[in-house]
Amino acid sequence: MALTELTATELLAELRQGSATAVDVTSAYLDRIQRFDARLGAFLRVNRDDALAQAESVDRRRSAGQSIGPLGGLPVAIKDVLCTKDEPTTCGSRMLQDFRPPYDATVVARLKQADAVLIGKTNLDEFAMGSTTENSALGTTRNPWDTDCVPGGSSGGAACCVAADLAPLSIGTDTGGSIRQPAAFCGVLGLKPTYGRVSRYGLVAFASSLDQIGPLARNAADAALLLEVIAGHDERDSTSANVPISNYATTVREPLAGLRLGVVQDHLVEGVDQDVATAVRAAIDVYRSLGATLVDVSLPHARYGIATYYIIAPCEASSNLARYDGVHYGYRTDEQAMQAELQAERKAQATDDDAVLDQLDSPLVRMYRQTRAEGFGLEAKRRIMLGTFALSQGYYDAYYLKALKVRRLIRSDYDQAFANVDLIIGPVTPTPAYKIGDKVNDPLAMYLGDLFTVSANLAGIAALSVPCGFTANGLPAGLHLQAPPLHEDKLLRAAHMFQQATDWHKQRPELDESE
Amino acid sequence: MALSRHDVEHVSLLARLRLSEDELETMTAQLADIVKYIEQLDQLDTTDVEPMAHAVEFSNVLVDDVPQDSLPREAALMNAPKRDDECYRVPAVLGD
Repeated sequence: MALTELTATELLAELRQGSATAVDVTSAYLDRIQRFDARLGAFLRVNRDDALAQAESVDRRRSAGQSIGPLGGLPVAIKDVLCTKDEPTTCGSRMLQDFRPPYDATVVARLKQADAVLIGKTNLDEFAMGSTTENSALGTTRNPWDTDCVPGGSSGGAACCVAADLAPLSIGTDTGGSIRQPAAFCGVLGLKPTYGRVSRYGLVAFASSLDQIGPLARNAADAALLLEVIAGHDERDSTSANVPISNYATTVREPLAGLRLGVVQDHLVEGVDQDVATAVRAAIDVYRSLGATLVDVSLPHARYGIATYYIIAPCEASSNLARYDGVHYGYRTDEQAMQAELQAERKAQATDDDAVLDQLDSPLVRMYRQTRAEGFGLEAKRRIMLGTFALSQGYYDAYYLKALKVRRLIRSDYDQAFANVDLIIGPVTPTPAYKIGDKVNDPLAMYLGDLFTVSANLAGIAALSVPCGFTANGLPAGLHLQAPPLHEDKLLRAAHMFQQATDWHKQRPELDESE
Repeated sequence: MALSRHDVEHVSLLARLRLSEDELETMTAQLADIVKYIEQLDQLDTTDVEPMAHAVEFSNVLVDDVPQDSLPREAALMNAPKRDDECYRVPAVLGD
C-alpha cells in the first residue's frame, strides 16, 4: 500500500516504528502533488525544500533518540489565511500577493512545535469570503470527484488536498461553513470547533466574532490528532477559552452509550437535494442501528440564519478589511498614474471654484480608493460595501443591532434543543457540489447554500461534517453533527462510531495525471 | 428600503473603494437584492431581546502588566509599499 493511502494515524504508527521515515512520507506526498495538483489547484505554494528539511530534522532527531512532537513527521497543509513567518501569506488576494508576515500564527507555531511538516499553503476564496474558492485571485481549485465542479469554499484547497491524498491533514477556517461545506463537497471530514477553542492569533481576520480555525482529515481519529495539537488557551487571543482540552486522540475511540440525536425534520425536506436527503436519512438509520435514540427538535429561528449572518459577517469584514489601505503592507496602486489621472480630472472641471474641486478625492483618499479597487476582488468589495452600508449613519439599529438580537434567538434555540439531546444531526448543505461558474453572477444564490452551516457560527457552537454517501452523479454528501459549546470530543466520538460502521470515508476519487 | 445608485456611490466613498461604472451598476442591483433579503428580519419581534455580539461572553480578560518586546520597527516596515528608514510614506495630505 502506498504511504499516501494510509491515514494520518496509520502513518504516525509507521513513523514511530521506523518502517517509514518522515522524508519517505513527505516525498511521497510531494510526488503526488507534482503529479496531480496542476489540474486540481489545491495549493497556492508548495514548500518542497523546506518540507524536506523539516522531515530530515525529524528523522535525525528520532534516530538520535530525542523526543519528537505528537505529529512528528506528518505533512500538514495550511490554508493561506494563517500567517507563516517570512513565508508568503496571500489570503487568495492580489492585495497580499507579496505579503510576508513578521510572525507565525499561534496554530502554525503549535504545528511546528508538534514537529508537523508544513508542506504548503492552500487556495481559498479571497479573505475566506465565498463558498466555491472561485473568488481566489490566484488560481482555480477543482473538485477531485468531478473536476468541472467547485470544491466548495472558502477552504476549498484545504478540502481538495485531503480528498485527493495530496496531504493527510490540513488546516481550514470556518466563518459561516467554510470548513464543513468544502469537506462535504469533497468527501472528507471537517470540524469547526467551538468559538474560542482554537486561538485566532495570526489568522487574517474576516469576521472576528465568527471565525474559527479547525482540522480537515480523512477520518475522525486523524482530525482528533490535529485538534489536540491546535486547541487550547492562548494569551494572545483574548477570546480564546481558558478551559481544559480533552485528549481527543484517545477519547475519539470511545463510543458514546445512550447517544441522543436531535433531528430537525424541516431540514430534511425544504429545498434539499433528494440524493443528499436520502444519504442523510440512511446515516440516521446507521446511528439508530448503533443504539442511538432519535428525537425531533426544532430550531425555529434557523431560517433567519442567512439574513443574520449576511449582516453581521459583512459588518465585521468591512471593519477588518479597512486595514488594507496601501500604507502599512500589501498592494499599493501605481502612484504616478493615480496622480496623473487626478490632475486630469481637476483640469476637466475647468473651474477654479474650490467648492467644486473639493468634491474630488484628495490624493491620499484617491490612493486608498484606487489601491482597494485594484487589490480586492468582486466578492470582497461586495461584502465591504454591504457592511459599510449596514453600519452607516441611520441604519445601525435597523440592520446590525437587529441582527445581533436575532443572533441571541438563534443561540437560545440551540440551548433549548441541547437540553434534550447530545447532538443535532442533519445535512451540511442543501445540494452537492455544483459546476464551476454556476453561481458566480448570483451572490444571493450562493449565500443560500450556507443555510445549514451559518447558525453554528452565529451561536458559537461546535459542528462537524462527515462523509455519508454519494449522489447518483458520484458527488459526495456530508452529514452535519452539531454539539453544545466545548463538546468537540462528543462530535469526534460520534463521527468515529459512524466511520466504524460505514466506509464512505474510504472511497477515493479517480484522478487524471496532470497534463 | 430601496437602494439607489447614488446611495451605492456614497457608500463606496465611505468604504474607500473606487467602483467602475459597470461595478456601480452591478453592485446596486446585487446589494438591493441582498438588502431586500435581509430585511426579512423585520418579521421578528425582538423587543426584549438582549443583543449578542459574541458567542462566548467573556468580560474583563486581563493579562499581567508585564512589559514585553514589541515588533521591531524594521519588521513592521518590512512589507510597506513605500517607506523611508523610519516611517511609512503616503501621498501629501495637505496641498503641494
